Amino acid sequence: MTLSLQLEELKPASSEASAIRSTMEKFKIQTEKLNAWFANNHVLKDLSINVKENEVTAIIGPSGCGKSTFIRCLNRMHELVPGARSSGAVLLDNTNVYARGTDPVTVRRKVGMVFQKPNPFPTMSVYDNVAAGLKLNGVRDHQKLDRAVKRSLELAFLWDEVKTDLDKSGVSLSGGQQQRLCIARALAVEPEVILMDEPCSALDPIATAKIEELIASLKSQYTVVIVTHNMQQAARVSDSTAFLYLGKLIEYGGTTQLFENPKEELTERYLTGKFG
Amino acid sequence: MSNRSFRKFKDRLAYGLGVLCVVLAMFPLASILFEVVRNGLPAISVGLLTRPTGNITDPSSGIGNAIEGTLILIGMTCLIAVPIGLFAGIYLAEFGDNKFGRTIRFLNDVLAEFPSIVIGILAFSIVVVAIGHFSAMAGAVALSIIMLPIVTRTAEESIKLVPSSIRDAAMALGIRRWRTSLSIVLVTAKDGILTGIMLSIARIAGETAPLLLTVLGSGFFFSGVDQPIDALPLRIFTDYKNSNYPSALAQGWGAALVLVVLVLSLNLGVRFLTRGRSTFARARA
Repeated sequence: MTLSLQLEELKPASSEASAIRSTMEKFKIQTEKLNAWFANNHVLKDLSINVKENEVTAIIGPSGCGKSTFIRCLNRMHELVPGARSSGAVLLDNTNVYARGTDPVTVRRKVGMVFQKPNPFPTMSVYDNVAAGLKLNGVRDHQKLDRAVKRSLELAFLWDEVKTDLDKSGVSLSGGQQQRLCIARALAVEPEVILMDEPCSALDPIATAKIEELIASLKSQYTVVIVTHNMQQAARVSDSTAFLYLGKLIEYGGTTQLFENPKEELTERYLTGKFG
Repeated sequence: MSNRSFRKFKDRLAYGLGVLCVVLAMFPLASILFEVVRNGLPAISVGLLTRPTGNITDPSSGIGNAIEGTLILIGMTCLIAVPIGLFAGIYLAEFGDNKFGRTIRFLNDVLAEFPSIVIGILAFSIVVVAIGHFSAMAGAVALSIIMLPIVTRTAEESIKLVPSSIRDAAMALGIRRWRTSLSIVLVTAKDGILTGIMLSIARIAGETAPLLLTVLGSGFFFSGVDQPIDALPLRIFTDYKNSNYPSALAQGWGAALVLVVLVLSLNLGVRFLTRGRSTFARARA
């Protein structure tokens, strides 16, 4: 009786409760024993990673360690490659995206992706590139499209550079602008998670800096998972970092902790450039 | 002769032979163009281009009905062959990486090399015999069978040239696969596909043998898809048969010039469409 009374007293007022909940770390994506294959090549081995909401999580590791395959499993792009398959679970807001009956198309609308090389649709204008995801999913309302295009381009720090050239071809932009166009295109369908597969590897340092600034600004609204070859980039942009090696998760933790005080010897050797 | 100068001589010889062969290869084209223009141009007049044949031995008869017939046959053929070829090409490019796809691709290539007279006989035995008389429809069916494999193949090749990164981008936006194929991939590949269609039109515009067995030829303007119709190649053939009449001979050259201009402008149009690009279709152009 006394105990229940104490609990009653301890229970905070409802507004405080929501405040506490919002400061609590929430996992946006959790993978459970995720395995992936290309035909008989076993490229991901039992990966269990929890990606926190509204954070930037970096995936680092040497070439061929499965970084790209890992994020392509998160939005079910991996299975589009002939002969590719996977096992295990990927929970998005506690719902397994690989559950029987789940439509991969709806998963991809929630989990957007930006690729290594800028890949705007070559026959489309800047405007149509950004609007493509909405238009091809049946949105016809011009005002709605206009708003979405402007909002997405602003979020991608591109609006001021292209607002007078919305009718120009998407591929007429510079490489860095094209990549921000692709980010705007991904943002236009209002995803919850943005996956980025080495988004700066084809860009010069100035364009890279812009994208990094953009990534930092995105995390207030989105959860970002970024694959990068560049350890300094991971240190600069991410809150958490996962180090993969030969398809296994070697270490996962806060970026500062992982870079300054790695727990695993392998991580330290990779970070100090002894291999990779 | 020293070894070195002998090598130089061989080099010059090989170069000279190359130039000679190029000239030999170009000679037929140049002489055909020259002869067709030389004989055809004097025959061209507004009357020739607009009047129907009527009596072929009449000096005032025209080739208007043959021009009209060729254009109608091209239109009807496109209506049949383009949609089928397009979707077959999409299928082969997107889903054809299996035994069924490989079989279809092989049969399609065989069909593309088929003698057109045999295709004419086929159309005759299905359409002409069924209706009971020659007709534009029968000709369109025969020409469609000739056009179909070219459209299918160029559509497939053009779609395959679309980089997979474009497809990935669309799929990652949560666009459905059929939508991606139709609205992204097909649009990106449209120049190549248009090229294929234009080349296949150039090919069927000059076909004669299957028309002899299907549309028969006619001295009058179009009177229905189930009626005989004239066409430029047929008209040239008829004029040749009546070449003892000087007017028929001249009109035949005029018809030949019109046909050559039509085919050439289609080919030039393809060049224009594919400027600065190298595609399978361009290689065929």
